[in-house]
Amino acid sequence: MPRIKFSEATLSTPSPASQTPALEHESVVTKFFRATEIDARMLGMIAALLLVWAIFDVWSGIISHDDGLLGGAFLTPRNLWTLLVQTSSIAVMSTGMVLLIVMRQIDLSVGSMLSLIAVGTAVLQVYQLAPALGVGHPAIWVLGVAACLALGTLIGAFNGFLVAYAKIPAFIVTLGGLIAYSGIAFLLAKGETVAPMDQTFEVFGGGIQASWLGPFWSWILAAAACCTIAYAVVNGRRQRIRFNFPLRPVWAEAFLIAIGSFAVLGTTWVMNSYPWPQGVMEDYAKTHNLVIPAGVENRDGSAICMAGEQVVHCLNGLMHYTGFSLPALIAIGVCLGMTFIATRTSFGRYVYATGGNPEAAELAGINTKWLTVKVFALMGFLVGVSSIISSARLNAATNALGQTNELYVIAATVIGGTSLAGGVGTIYGAMIGALVMQSIVSGMSLLNLPAASQNMVVGGVLVLAVYLDQQYRRRLK
Amino acid sequence: MAQVAKSSTRKSTPVRIVGKTKPVKAADLKTHESPAAVAGRHSFAPTRGTPLIEMRNISIAFGGIKAVDHASIDLFPGEVVGLLGHNGAGKSTLIKVLSGAYLRDAGQIFVDGKEITIANPRDAKAQGIETIYQTLALADNVDAAANLYLGRELKTRLGTLDDAAMESETRKVMFRLNPNFRRFKEPVSKLSGGQRQSVAIARAIHFNARILIMDEPTAALGPQETAQVGALIKQLKAEGIGIFLISHDLHDVFDLADRLVVMKNGKVVGTANTKDVTHDEVLGMIIAGKCPKGAIPGPGATRDGV
Ligand SMILES: Nc1ncnc2c1ncn2[C@@H]1O[C@H](COP(=O)(O)OP(=O)(O)OP(=O)(O)O)[C@@H](O)[C@H]1O
Ligand SMILES: [Mg+2]
Repeated sequence: MPRIKFSEATLSTPSPASQTPALEHESVVTKFFRATEIDARMLGMIAALLLVWAIFDVWSGIISHDDGLLGGAFLTPRNLWTLLVQTSSIAVMSTGMVLLIVMRQIDLSVGSMLSLIAVGTAVLQVYQLAPALGVGHPAIWVLGVAACLALGTLIGAFNGFLVAYAKIPAFIVTLGGLIAYSGIAFLLAKGETVAPMDQTFEVFGGGIQASWLGPFWSWILAAAACCTIAYAVVNGRRQRIRFNFPLRPVWAEAFLIAIGSFAVLGTTWVMNSYPWPQGVMEDYAKTHNLVIPAGVENRDGSAICMAGEQVVHCLNGLMHYTGFSLPALIAIGVCLGMTFIATRTSFGRYVYATGGNPEAAELAGINTKWLTVKVFALMGFLVGVSSIISSARLNAATNALGQTNELYVIAATVIGGTSLAGGVGTIYGAMIGALVMQSIVSGMSLLNLPAASQNMVVGGVLVLAVYLDQQYRRRLK
Repeated sequence: MAQVAKSSTRKSTPVRIVGKTKPVKAADLKTHESPAAVAGRHSFAPTRGTPLIEMRNISIAFGGIKAVDHASIDLFPGEVVGLLGHNGAGKSTLIKVLSGAYLRDAGQIFVDGKEITIANPRDAKAQGIETIYQTLALADNVDAAANLYLGRELKTRLGTLDDAAMESETRKVMFRLNPNFRRFKEPVSKLSGGQRQSVAIARAIHFNARILIMDEPTAALGPQETAQVGALIKQLKAEGIGIFLISHDLHDVFDLADRLVVMKNGKVVGTANTKDVTHDEVLGMIIAGKCPKGAIPGPGATRDGV
């Protein structure tokens, strides 16, 4: 270990407590941020997200009144639930893009890669496995999933190899990939739609009953999450005590646990308030020999057994709620896992250090070439995950499945505060970025605005977000 | 080898010829001159034994520029060798070959008398060679502890980064080098030049280095911190670590180094025991390539200097 021995005298008091000199007259806000150590930028992004949501809810409410929080159709359980499902694919990929961009690389090929993986494995499922094993054989979905993940990792590693060892700039390699991979996807699909996917495989899309967790397990999960938050905070405090570092005030720790739990429970409550869509409910009644009682449909047409404004429990079991959907859970899981990788492992540390100064990282003994391959492979793996979600959701694969996804993924990453100069970026930022973008897209389609204007707004928001972020960083200096 | 004979004190003993006047066949170099005898008469003990490091006939060119041209240097345990030369003389390039940053075009490197290959910085670190680069080579976007432990992080039992332990250790090392340093949570881009330099020094000395390369380690430091680095070098030397010290400050070099090597235009002008030469003579070596009596000339020495 350390070769330099410190004489007791020199070591005496490094007095760590004096590291953050508390200013005499600091404002309440500054004090709050210092005490809780909450990232002000994250708060800004969440505020922006909530603002977008509020605008759409009010706006859609003006057009036609609905039962959203602000009188529109946006802040309803149904819309928010769908929003999560729609965001999941882009969100999963954007976590990988964060690491790439942090490392001063980029992957423009993720959209085409997604199409290629989806089509390739769909061909495997539909034309090879299903005839060979019989439709519905459990090995089909297992092999399908494994093939998606493996193929993604492989293509990603191939991209990374060309970048790291053949020393071709990532922009060029993946621009080539963008063009080439969709070409291969087209050839594989012969221009057709490959469908249908295996029944179990469909679970990953969130469109069928089996992919909903249900209120009970959703609450259990939420409770577990709250416990984890509390444990993490307490454990962090214990660590600081162990090394005699300055502690957060107890009220700040309590506040962090409270706000974290509130977010978890609130989200769960919203998810648990979304009833099964009517079609699913009818199927369920049919298979269980239940009579659907005559009721008045809910305004949004999804819940049955409503009379007027009141939920009527006409028959036991005829009011079911979805809870979390599998794709949303996958996205949340990927977010947590990638945050762990980025902040708690040496792999993540190397990615950030390499982005900050590639030469220094190499001189510190990091094998930056192999690291590059690994990060590209991880990106590919995540594209594999997204291809599962996307093709399962559509219950089909086409060579256009991932078209323009790369733009949304990069936009989400950048809106989330990842700097194209490298070295800076967070996973949660990209998740929020993906949510902001999907909110704009689905909000505008809720308002029946044409797709062209959606693109206009998304593009504008991208530029504006980067501008605001740079202003913020400049003021920090 | 006329130049060897000039120095009467060394006449009877085989001499480590540091800068070869003409290319020597590899076969000639295979058997090493009995190193124990080398320092026999010198008052400083450290140069006894097998050299920790020997670099023989190292050459490297960038495009057309021969940045280092058949340079040979060596280093013994507990010895400080000062490396001097004008800007662009090739000092940094030569030691970067040793630290694995550059791949040499020609030449050999021996550690403890055994030839080794250094193809990248990891190879060098595996030999216990630690380097403080002139450019510091810090990752600007992460904090001092992350830089200190970059590439050899402390882990918890679960295999995750133990940031608290790393920060705690960093506080100790940094306190020793720069007692006023407090900004442990900030990315090093926010630190002053001297603070950054302290981080780079801390990183090099914190791990079991056997060979320390210091490329202008005190260029950005204040007088107090410079003195501390001086004391540190003496302590490391006492522990038997070999140190290459590159500096433009002759006083520092004369104060700390046992031997000095002067380079000019990529070639070694000469090598001398610090106490055998004067400041002015060394300046003559640096500026004019003139090798004085007390020094062993290398391939870079101007003819009339011999
Ligand atoms: N990466 C490189 N690419 C091209 N040329 C280089 C490179 N590194 C060094 N050189 C050239 O090699 C020569 C020696 O440079 P070097 O950095 O070793 O000098 P130095 O002795 O360390 O000078 P200083 O005292 O200014 O630090 C210079 O002419 C320099 O221009
Ligand atoms: Mg230099």
